[in-house]
Amino acid sequence: MRSDFPLFPEQASTVAPYVDALYLFLVGITGLVSLLIWIAVFYFAIKYRRRPENELAEEIEPPQMLEIAWTVIPAIIFVGIFVAGAWVYFHINRVPDDALDIYATGRQWMWKFQHPSGQREINTLHVPVNRPIRITMASEDVIHSLWFPVFRVKADVLPNRYRTMWFEATKTGRFHIFCAEYCGTQHSGMIGWVEVMEPTAYQRWLAGGAEGSLASQGEKLFQKYACHTCHTNEATGRGPILAGLYGKQIQLTNNSRVLADDNYLRESILNPQAKIAAGFQPIMPTFQGQVNEEELIKLLAYIRSMPAAAPVVAPPTASAGPAATQNKGTVQ
Amino acid sequence: MTPSTLHDVRFIEPEKTRNYLNEDYGVFSWLLTKDHKRIGILYLLSVTLLFFVGGFFAFMLRLELLTPEGDLLTSDTYNKFFTLHGIVMIFFFLIPAIPAALGNFILPLMLGAKDLAFPKINLLSWYIYMTGAIFGIYVIVTGGVDTGWTFYTPFSTQYSNTHVFATTLGAFITGFSSILTGLNFIVTIHRMRAPGLTWFRLPLFVWSMYATSLVMLLATPVLAITLFLLMLERTLGVGIFDPALGGDPVLYQHLFWFYSHPAVYIMILPAMAVISECVAAFTRKKIFGYKFVAFASLAIAFLGFLVWAHHMFVAGISVYSAMIFSFLTMLVAVPSAIKVFNWTATMYRASVSWQTPMLYVMGFIGLFTIGGVTGLFLGAMGVDVHVHDSYFVVAHFHYIMVGGTVMGYLAGIHYWWPKITGRMYPEWWARLSALLIFVGFNLTFFPQFLVGYVGMPRRYHAYAPEFQVLNVLSTAGATVLAAGYILPMFYLFWSLWYGRKAGSNPWGAVGLEWATSSPPPKENFHVTPVVTWDAYDYPAFLKAMRETQNV
Amino acid sequence: MSERQGVEMQNAECKMQKEILHSASPDVAGPFLHFAFCICFSAAGAEMTAIEPTHEDHHAPHPFLQHHFEDLGQQHEASTLGMWMFLATEILFFGGVLCAYFVYRGMYHDAWKAGSHHQNWMIGTGNTAVLIGSSLTMALAVWAAQLGRRKLTVIMLTLTLILGSVFLGVKMYEYSEHIHEGLFPGKHFTFVEHNNPALTPGVQLYMTFYFALTGLHALHMVIGAGLLIWMIWRAWAGHFGPEYYGPVEVMGLYWHFVDIVWIFLFPLLYLV
Repeated sequence: MRSDFPLFPEQASTVAPYVDALYLFLVGITGLVSLLIWIAVFYFAIKYRRRPENELAEEIEPPQMLEIAWTVIPAIIFVGIFVAGAWVYFHINRVPDDALDIYATGRQWMWKFQHPSGQREINTLHVPVNRPIRITMASEDVIHSLWFPVFRVKADVLPNRYRTMWFEATKTGRFHIFCAEYCGTQHSGMIGWVEVMEPTAYQRWLAGGAEGSLASQGEKLFQKYACHTCHTNEATGRGPILAGLYGKQIQLTNNSRVLADDNYLRESILNPQAKIAAGFQPIMPTFQGQVNEEELIKLLAYIRSMPAAAPVVAPPTASAGPAATQNKGTVQ
Repeated sequence: MTPSTLHDVRFIEPEKTRNYLNEDYGVFSWLLTKDHKRIGILYLLSVTLLFFVGGFFAFMLRLELLTPEGDLLTSDTYNKFFTLHGIVMIFFFLIPAIPAALGNFILPLMLGAKDLAFPKINLLSWYIYMTGAIFGIYVIVTGGVDTGWTFYTPFSTQYSNTHVFATTLGAFITGFSSILTGLNFIVTIHRMRAPGLTWFRLPLFVWSMYATSLVMLLATPVLAITLFLLMLERTLGVGIFDPALGGDPVLYQHLFWFYSHPAVYIMILPAMAVISECVAAFTRKKIFGYKFVAFASLAIAFLGFLVWAHHMFVAGISVYSAMIFSFLTMLVAVPSAIKVFNWTATMYRASVSWQTPMLYVMGFIGLFTIGGVTGLFLGAMGVDVHVHDSYFVVAHFHYIMVGGTVMGYLAGIHYWWPKITGRMYPEWWARLSALLIFVGFNLTFFPQFLVGYVGMPRRYHAYAPEFQVLNVLSTAGATVLAAGYILPMFYLFWSLWYGRKAGSNPWGAVGLEWATSSPPPKENFHVTPVVTWDAYDYPAFLKAMRETQNV
Repeated sequence: MSERQGVEMQNAECKMQKEILHSASPDVAGPFLHFAFCICFSAAGAEMTAIEPTHEDHHAPHPFLQHHFEDLGQQHEASTLGMWMFLATEILFFGGVLCAYFVYRGMYHDAWKAGSHHQNWMIGTGNTAVLIGSSLTMALAVWAAQLGRRKLTVIMLTLTLILGSVFLGVKMYEYSEHIHEGLFPGKHFTFVEHNNPALTPGVQLYMTFYFALTGLHALHMVIGAGLLIWMIWRAWAGHFGPEYYGPVEVMGLYWHFVDIVWIFLFPLLYLV
């Protein structure tokens, strides 16, 4: 229910009550202290206003204890506020494991959303209620910021890098989406609606016309860009086996290790020479400029969906590395 | 009540016929002056002019926001106006306002010095400032810039097709003026103090200015170099901050805020400086906890360098670095709180005058408190995620910069007006304008806290209809505020000719600036003063003054 | 004349007051001293209306003593402190770019290596030696100015100027080589040495920092050279001596600082 003149935003996510509680606590405590200060100022100003008998003010030696008290007590309160703020912040940043993945792409001046099942939408986002949603997002141009005021969450969307945010809606309805980071002429037009639906309604919505799931669309792209010619499912391939790769630690040629997450996979597609998996040659061409953000998301969805168990490579940490070295040097 | 029995007692020096204003005449006697007082006046005129330029943009923004639709200005114009409003107000008004205009005039007088340590560099600072300002004006006249005053990359380097280069060059140049002013102040405070004026006898104005100058000196070069790299990127097309070419836009934000957060303290510390002076003068008391207030200034300057990334809690920094910056942000609030408590305590059992500067002081304490405590909301990371880049932030920093700095600036202007011009301003008009400003300010900015928390993002040209009521209130307040700001222009100007003659010490204030005639002679003091008392030693001072009267 | 003596007496009185004060606790002595101060000032003020003494009346001033300083010592201290403060600003100025340099060095380690290997370290080392030499001659110039040895000061300053110019000349040569090779960042940037296109963006960033850092440094050198020419003229005109050599000393501080910046830049850009 929204009045025409709201003074407080609706609470529609699991974190919102925490944020609001902290906010109201802050309003209370700082309001009280401010009120005391104002009352003191006005009381003193009136009570001790200049009159002939008090033209010479009384000299008071400030008690040290008072100074120490109003240094230490605020410091303690402030640290308390910090702890509370940090606690809520951790909560906002800790993504639950069972979250539903949705991908967002920001560009001047629209929001594009992709669902794992393949639906794409612009400036509208359909999500089920009471289910954690993880949004993985990147920008095609400048920095944007995805803000759901009723969920009390916001994150900057950066070009050339994936970031994630999450929320779990607790109320069905239609709520604002805003771009919060100034991004150019139509910044104030980069807005949209999030539709929070009952799970059944969401399923119905999902069923309506998609061109196949994201992963299956990614598989098509995988064929289209001929990725499969090198990244085969056999250890003899010129590139690492991708099945089961996602979320694993990878050994690099310079002996460091890196987590095969969205950002690493993204970099490996757009700038393949940057971090080469151990045992492979830097022969992969760059796909910068060929693969756009939405296609990247599809490819990533496909890579994430590949089952880990299928190939023979037993130790997943080494991924394709050692096996490939034995076979042939010409790999990537 | 206003002209107290102490009023107009020329106990220290008789009125002089010659002063810094009538020493020489002609345009060149001003444009080539090395007198810190005249340079202060040059700054006063230029920052006032630019304040009204920035104010014009603000007013247009408020008018546009009267309705949810973008109907008065196009989105392009709106974006340019808020950018120019920010740039003009921050780089050309708030940063130089109190230090370069009032500080320039008052600081050497307070120290009992004949001038700043480097008068030529002082004049050079003004010319550098004007050069920067001319770039700013050029940009305004030729079509504006739409990046926001923060110049975030890659928008500013790759996407905006407005005058980003000329604007950043203007800000870059102006930075050097600020550096040189800071340098001049530091050397002056170290080396030009009158005999007997030890560090703990310095007025708190000087302590605060010293802290400000340190920040100017150590933070501004980082802004200069950041803008330099930005200009390099924009002209050459290299990718220092452009992710498409391998750069990191978040690094730009780190470098930018490394300056721009301390810059907040460049703006507020001088206002605190003025407030400390006025509280003492208009309560006739020693500042409560002098040393605490003095060291609080230095603590703010120091801690101010360590909190820059609290502007980036949602920008993609790690959770752990966010925690460190949040913690340090809480610490930087402590010295500000100490100051507010001490100012308030100074009024206890005092002799509180209700003259205009004191009204501004009370306004400052009230507004700065709100601005300060809402800073805690933003420092608490969990709340910041929600309110970051919303109108809550806009309201918060206007409470600090307008409620704080501009109130302090106006307090200072009224407090030192008799010293600067030798004339009194009309008290009742000034009180009226102070009242208008206080009411107008709160009406303008308090609704913005509410609308921000409800969810209105900043820098929006058109907004959702449910935000309208609060925006209308805000625009109504802006109208009152504008009237409050224009009024002093008239009565202060009027007072130059028709104001009552002030005499050397109309407030009965201590402080060396009141120990010379009004307006002061060119060399400030005829005899180098020797200081034998602590700052704000009012009881002793006033007793002594009475006795001289009886003699 | 008598008025002037009056003024001097006032000054003496003030000095006495100051001495008394330093021994007494200000809280106790405060009121009394305020009173004394006020009387002192009003009396002085009354006399002051009759005459308008300027500072020069007190004693024969040094020709280079600026009016707002009490004496040459204060002026010297102020200008030295001023230069130190300026150098503090400079440290943060270069520090800002170096900070960005280190961030990208971490991100593009291989490209950084390729870029710095491409530099001619022999020329760099030679230039470093030239610059250290110029610091030595600068130090000698300060020493000579302090002793009031006019000719030696001029010679040393001129040597510094020559060495500085040699450094800048060599830098120009290096720049022209880089530009000739297409290493100037921007649209026409090419880096073929490693035959590895993946390194190009990193190397371009490296070259951007190379030009930015050495360019800023060279700008400081050019400004320094201009100041040197002015100092040579002043030294020639015999302005400096044991009691007034501040400008040369301040110039020396600046010059040493610019050298030290290079001592940092050289290994960062050529060797690592």
